[in-house]
Amino acid sequence: MVKIVNCALAGLLASLPVHSFAAWELNMPVGVTELSRRIHALHMLIFWICVVIAIAVFGAMIYSIVKFRRSQGAVPASFDHSTRAEIIWTIIPIVILVAMAVPAAATLVRIEDTRNSDLTVKVTGYQWRWHYEYLDQKVAFFSTLARESNAARQLRSGVDPKTVTNYLLDVDHPLVVPVGKKVRVLLTAGDVIHAWWVPAFGMKKDAIPGFVNELWFRADQTGIYRGQCAELCGRDHGFMPVVVDVRSQEDYDSWLKEQQAGAPTAQAAGTAPATAE
Amino acid sequence: MSIANHQAAVPAHAHHDDHAHDHHGPDKGWRRWVLATNHKDIGTMYLLFSLLMFFVGGTMAMVIRAELFKPGLQLVDPMFFNSMTTMHALIMIFGAVMPAFVGLANWMIPLQIGAPDMALPRMNNFSFWILPFAFSLLLGTLLVPGGAPAGGWTMYPPLSLQVGPSFPMLIFAVHLMGASSIMGAINVIVTIMNMRAPGMSLLKMPMFVWSWLITAYLLIAVMPVLAGAVTMLLTDHYFGTTFFEAAGGGDPVMFQHIFWFFGHPEVYIMILPAFGIVSEIIPTFSRKKLFGYDSMVYAIASIAFLSFIVWAHHMFTVGMPLAGQLFFMLATMLIAVPTGVKVFNWTATMFKGSLSFEPPMLFALSFLFLFTIGGFSGLMLAIVPADFQYHDTYFVVAHFHYVLVPGAVFGIMAAVYYWLPKWTGHMYDMKLAKTHFWLSTIFVNVLFFPQHFLGLAGMPRRIPDYNTQFADWNMISSIGGFGFGLSQLLFAYIVFSTIRGGVKASDNVWDEAKVHGLEWTVSSPPPYHSFETPPEVK
Repeated sequence: MVKIVNCALAGLLASLPVHSFAAWELNMPVGVTELSRRIHALHMLIFWICVVIAIAVFGAMIYSIVKFRRSQGAVPASFDHSTRAEIIWTIIPIVILVAMAVPAAATLVRIEDTRNSDLTVKVTGYQWRWHYEYLDQKVAFFSTLARESNAARQLRSGVDPKTVTNYLLDVDHPLVVPVGKKVRVLLTAGDVIHAWWVPAFGMKKDAIPGFVNELWFRADQTGIYRGQCAELCGRDHGFMPVVVDVRSQEDYDSWLKEQQAGAPTAQAAGTAPATAE
Repeated sequence: MSIANHQAAVPAHAHHDDHAHDHHGPDKGWRRWVLATNHKDIGTMYLLFSLLMFFVGGTMAMVIRAELFKPGLQLVDPMFFNSMTTMHALIMIFGAVMPAFVGLANWMIPLQIGAPDMALPRMNNFSFWILPFAFSLLLGTLLVPGGAPAGGWTMYPPLSLQVGPSFPMLIFAVHLMGASSIMGAINVIVTIMNMRAPGMSLLKMPMFVWSWLITAYLLIAVMPVLAGAVTMLLTDHYFGTTFFEAAGGGDPVMFQHIFWFFGHPEVYIMILPAFGIVSEIIPTFSRKKLFGYDSMVYAIASIAFLSFIVWAHHMFTVGMPLAGQLFFMLATMLIAVPTGVKVFNWTATMFKGSLSFEPPMLFALSFLFLFTIGGFSGLMLAIVPADFQYHDTYFVVAHFHYVLVPGAVFGIMAAVYYWLPKWTGHMYDMKLAKTHFWLSTIFVNVLFFPQHFLGLAGMPRRIPDYNTQFADWNMISSIGGFGFGLSQLLFAYIVFSTIRGGVKASDNVWDEAKVHGLEWTVSSPPPYHSFETPPEVK
């Protein structure tokens, strides 16, 4: 079904220019963590349940519209209720809902289990950048929209965003984490509410001033994963991307050493925004 | 409207009072409107006001879609963009959709229950005339230093406190809108409870009246909650309280709980009257009685009840306890049951009927299909783990626009096409109305369907600029937006040309469909004062 829709759409729109690898994307991508895969499976399960219900309900509607037209001489029946039918179409949805709720609840319990993490990073949202602090490693730095994107995104900058790689989804200093390790993220904010989101990890949570939220992820593959702030946080809400660089344990360790030794990005555990750059 | 000329249509009443002037016709000139106490005049003013606001809010939507037409910032500053999304929502919700339903209630409730007018006509006048002041205040924020509110219509602190002089204007505008809605709701309840024609028991009332009775209770329950929430924002900003500030022992998330305790019933305030309208129109043009009337009433009542215990599904990402998330997920999923009953019963009404497809029916059918799509995405959003991906993305934008535009707005348009001939005494141009229908239905899908894809692919909402991977669907969506916006000019043209003149409509406008209901027993247009002697309902 999705394939058919995909093909049809692709065919219809083939004449339009295609700019980017992900253009005409239709569905949620499968991520690189256990949680994101479970969430994706859940998303597809509900989607297909909805499709099946839609076929039945829209089918009945279309059948009625086609079959019982006055212009075709249809004569109205006189029934106006049927207790049995109404009981049936109350019970069946309840059964379907229970069937959806069970796997959803199981996944939710898994998501909320933040125990036994290998690494804890405190993430603080500011207008409009992120601050990452490796709590036990004494490493901390700010992560701000990359210079090239920032120049291109100014009002009437004259720069074509298509010429900028990872336009608006690139930062100066990404969060670096080791592959295959359970990373616990503690979230808070310094001014207004933000939300930290990497679609490939399946998780999004609000960063709220004065409160600490937590989420976890364990990336299975190395690579660079991109997301954005997902809670309106003022003028430059659209310009504070989240970028996570997942590296092998060795690469991560050497990166960490470099940071601890005082490489330019490491501002010794300072959290005040004034210490940035 | 042209009601002024129709005193002739009034059955010759014996003048049983000693007043010198004619009590049965409207005042002349501005006094008729400013001092209006007639439910038809006030209904007309509400509807025209709502149409005006629909275009004001629509213009803002056009600014949003124009900026999002392609990546990069071409037209507006991000702050102004945020003002546009904020103002678009406030104006469409409080200025377009809600007043339209109150206008329909004013016109139709007395006619449908056989009452001579609304129960509290002077309060009725007051509740309407507050609105122009409320919206002058709100729109005035566009002109003050610092610009219009830009923190989203949800006004989450601390962000919503980061504005200039527009802040108190926003708060007082919301207070005024709330006061207007509460008065309108009181009027609806008092009218329905006390002024039904003899013999019209509650379970004989038309579905539109039922839907409004329940909506009015929702309004009375939640508008004061909103007023409380925004007042706390006001005192936090100016009087040193810290209700929503952690540094002073407050909690920014508490605002979200209070806001959505208002906000979710508010969502149903905007859809229940549309349910009522569709329940009137589908039986008419199916030439068959509404299937399962009683369960339709109970379904609306259950939806209204459930609306009070699902609010936190708007804020699954704030970090709630597991038990809280599970409760709000299950309660939200439960709403699918009564909503499903409604959709199935509408379908069963059409089944074995004799259908014809005049403009009101076309809009009602479009409502049926597209609202159901909004229902499906709503069900998906209820699943908490999946919501962690969907939340605050364009998937949500697509969802609530599907329930609000082809849902609430199409419901209103269906009602206008259904009753406009009754109100004006003129039949509109069927061909034009059908053209308007097809343009609206096609463009609304071009506009909002791709937004599902954008959200799933990872585009957050409320951003003025985006990565190039989102460029293609945004362009399609914007094209749909412009098409939809322009199509609505045709709607305004149809409405105004029908007010001015046209083929005379019969009393029983949809003769062929054998309509039922008291509104069809009066002339088209109805006399200025109808049902001065209550009709008998068997």
